[in-house]
Amino acid sequence: MEFFKIKKDIPFMSYGRFTTTISLVTFLLAVFFLATRGLNFGVDFTGGTVMEVHYAQPADVNKVREQLAGIALKDALVQNFGSSHDVLIQVPLKQNTMGAKLSEHVVDTLRQQDASVELRRVEFVGPQVGKDLVENGAMALLLVSMGIVGYLWLRFEWKFGLAAIIANLHDVVIILGFFAFFQWEFSLSVLAAVLAVLGYSVNESVVVFDRIRENFRKMRKTEVTEIIDNAITRTMSRTIITHLSTQMMVTSMLFLGGETLHYFALALTIGILFSIYSSVLVASPLLLIFGVSREDFIKPEKTEAEEVLP
Amino acid sequence: MNRYPLWKYLLILSVLVLGLVYALPNLYGESPAVQVLPLRSNLKADAALLARVDDVLKSAQLAPEVLSQDATSIKARFADTDTQLKAKDVLQAQLGEDYVVALNLLSRSPQWLNDMGALPMYLGLDLRGGVHFLMQVDMKGALDKNLESASGDIRSTLREANIAYAGVSRDGGTVTVKFRDDAARSKGEAELKQRFGGLEFSAREEGGDFLLLGRLKQQEQLRIQEAAVQQNLVTLRNRVNELGVAEPVIQQQGVDRIVVQLPGVQDTARAKEILGRTATLEVRMVDDEHQVGMGAVAPFGTEIFKDSDGTPLLVKKSVILTGERIDDAQPGFDSRNNEPAVHINLDAVGARKFKEATRENVGKRMAIILFEKGRGTVVTAPVIREEIGGGRVQISGKMNTEEANDTALLLRAGALAAPMEIVEERTVGPSLGADNIKRGFDSTKIGFIAIAIFMIVYYLMFGTVSVLALGANLLLLVALLSMLQATLTLPGMAGIALTLGMAIDANVLINERIREELRNGMPPQTAIHAGYENAFATILDSNITTLIAGIALFMFGSGPVKGFAVVLCLGILTSMFSAVMVSRMLVNLIYGRKARLNKVAIG
Repeated sequence: MEFFKIKKDIPFMSYGRFTTTISLVTFLLAVFFLATRGLNFGVDFTGGTVMEVHYAQPADVNKVREQLAGIALKDALVQNFGSSHDVLIQVPLKQNTMGAKLSEHVVDTLRQQDASVELRRVEFVGPQVGKDLVENGAMALLLVSMGIVGYLWLRFEWKFGLAAIIANLHDVVIILGFFAFFQWEFSLSVLAAVLAVLGYSVNESVVVFDRIRENFRKMRKTEVTEIIDNAITRTMSRTIITHLSTQMMVTSMLFLGGETLHYFALALTIGILFSIYSSVLVASPLLLIFGVSREDFIKPEKTEAEEVLP
Repeated sequence: MNRYPLWKYLLILSVLVLGLVYALPNLYGESPAVQVLPLRSNLKADAALLARVDDVLKSAQLAPEVLSQDATSIKARFADTDTQLKAKDVLQAQLGEDYVVALNLLSRSPQWLNDMGALPMYLGLDLRGGVHFLMQVDMKGALDKNLESASGDIRSTLREANIAYAGVSRDGGTVTVKFRDDAARSKGEAELKQRFGGLEFSAREEGGDFLLLGRLKQQEQLRIQEAAVQQNLVTLRNRVNELGVAEPVIQQQGVDRIVVQLPGVQDTARAKEILGRTATLEVRMVDDEHQVGMGAVAPFGTEIFKDSDGTPLLVKKSVILTGERIDDAQPGFDSRNNEPAVHINLDAVGARKFKEATRENVGKRMAIILFEKGRGTVVTAPVIREEIGGGRVQISGKMNTEEANDTALLLRAGALAAPMEIVEERTVGPSLGADNIKRGFDSTKIGFIAIAIFMIVYYLMFGTVSVLALGANLLLLVALLSMLQATLTLPGMAGIALTLGMAIDANVLINERIREELRNGMPPQTAIHAGYENAFATILDSNITTLIAGIALFMFGSGPVKGFAVVLCLGILTSMFSAVMVSRMLVNLIYGRKARLNKVAIG
């Protein structure tokens, strides 16, 4: 079986202006939503208390709200979680004067009405910890970006490193834009997914870049745009098959992994979809804009044994 | 050209066999168990204890599946949680308070696997259930406490040296000593500089007063903070022992934080109560005038306490001083006869009280009593030989080095060096933990099956080879995680799924490359060879960029994210091996031996 039997190279670079506009628009939209709506940071970052309680019978969310209002937690967020038996309670930090003791207080209160209440999960995060996590997250993002640019620079050329990281940060911003637009909860595991996507989707660019370099050596008399078109067309089959496979795993997590893995998988899904687009239609036009040329690889001082190969 | 030398086949095969052996314990799983740990250093987990545990269980008609002894504990494995809980109650009642009886999980794998150290993966709290606390040590509190006691000591030092001063006060991080004239100040400065190495002094005139300002030196601050965290760690360890947790984790994190992880603990309220409790220490006089026997009633104004061996001791009710007055306690040696001893430093108030008490009671015994859980234990009851001034106390006699260490630790651990606050809590109930395992396992299984079907349909024989390589990858990853005993969390399970999804990339690259070479008219054998060779550089590049992300996540991630990062990094390493070496081996075995190969099944 073969999905892609492309005889002639697809002139991707001639769509350059068109695709760059599309990505610029999506990028700006993402930035717009990030700026206006902001991310719905989870308790990991904002601090506060999250509790998951399980009832033997289907739970009455309104009653839980009333009970909590009774102990001065009027603005606690109460909602069903997964099933009608499970209730998720979120208390922001500023209402919580009891610190880590809040959860016991809440469970004691709920048990007065229904003794079957089972505390399934508690997460309490103090303000300092949340701040640290935000800082550490930003540091990790910076380190990953620098590491990738540095590696690609070493392996290819600075133009490639820069093009790849711009393309992939563009993916990251778009993922964040989605989370801002839909107000999905941005938790620590979503951050992990975003960083994993960054590392993973750079693969795309690397695969295309590898081909471009190879083509520069093989196709000595061809135009730069044609070389890039050929590289993208030749690797397109692999790109789509790979992402399809990875996406199968991620979809499986999206539906079977439960609430904790749901947003993690969602961030990965968006990241995977956009990384296909950006590696082909953002990174490569950027390379052209940066003025990549055969001389970047075939310099006399850079002659290596590899290069002599046909 | 598509042949590996024999040693390469053997190497790959032995890696796979090794992986299989170390992944095997995960198939057997774990059973509920009870672990008995002696609390005191003079009690050992030995054959006698093993026999005793066996007796207790037999008389209660609870048959353990396995009863074993290791360096620090006795472990008994049971068929179900019910028996486990019954056994715990019986053992705790029979063995008494000198032993911790903790609930635990034990591997069900056969003995030969245990003997070679092959254990199942270590499950994190979100999978096995338990409590995670992050506690912040109040460093400012520790520094303030230290400076406060220093200002008391400055007063007594100046008084002892007969230097006139007008007052000593502490304001934030500065101690101010007021003098009436310059001469007294320079004399005082010389004296204080000699006595207080940890402070730096500077002189200033203000409103006719001659001031001497003392601050903690930078390195002294660091020392105090480090000591405060260390002491709090020791205190927490002692307290966690009481909770009966089999494998608690109590670690320093960063400069001023302590992580406490208590697997299997459900009663978080009690855990918080015990961790937050302040144990107290009291020094009182021993009443040697009356005789005490077991069960006797204590005379008026006295109480009976037992020491660590259980010998009763009659102690007066009035308290000379409390543990708050102890600045530090260190094990050491008596300078006169080189016997092991404990050196205690008291603060200024404590020193004065101690001096008075010892002056009046030479020749009598004093008892140091540690109160925990509202129950007092005599730590030591030495004889007062002479009046002791200056706040430096030495306890010696009838002690070996180990006991001196223990005593010093108990004296220090009596109180926390600095206040602590819980800044993060994560509790996961056992049922949620079990759900999480099932979810993680199910999504990996379904994802794997989907990829397998797709790959086999799309690439036929080469797809089958890729799937086998992917299976080898999963095997090796699980084996590596089990070997390293890295903590597996739910994000870690997601990491396993994700690395599998990403690892297939390498095989897709190879297979596509082979197809392309075939399309370009290369003969099959050459195409296979070229496909593997050409794809390798790309595979390496793309894996390294993912590895960079994994390492950054490991460095900056905390808790569950760290678990994800570990799996991601290890998964990249195993996938490089399996996607390239294992799949190549299989292809070589299938096609490499055919001299004339006209067609390969690659779809």
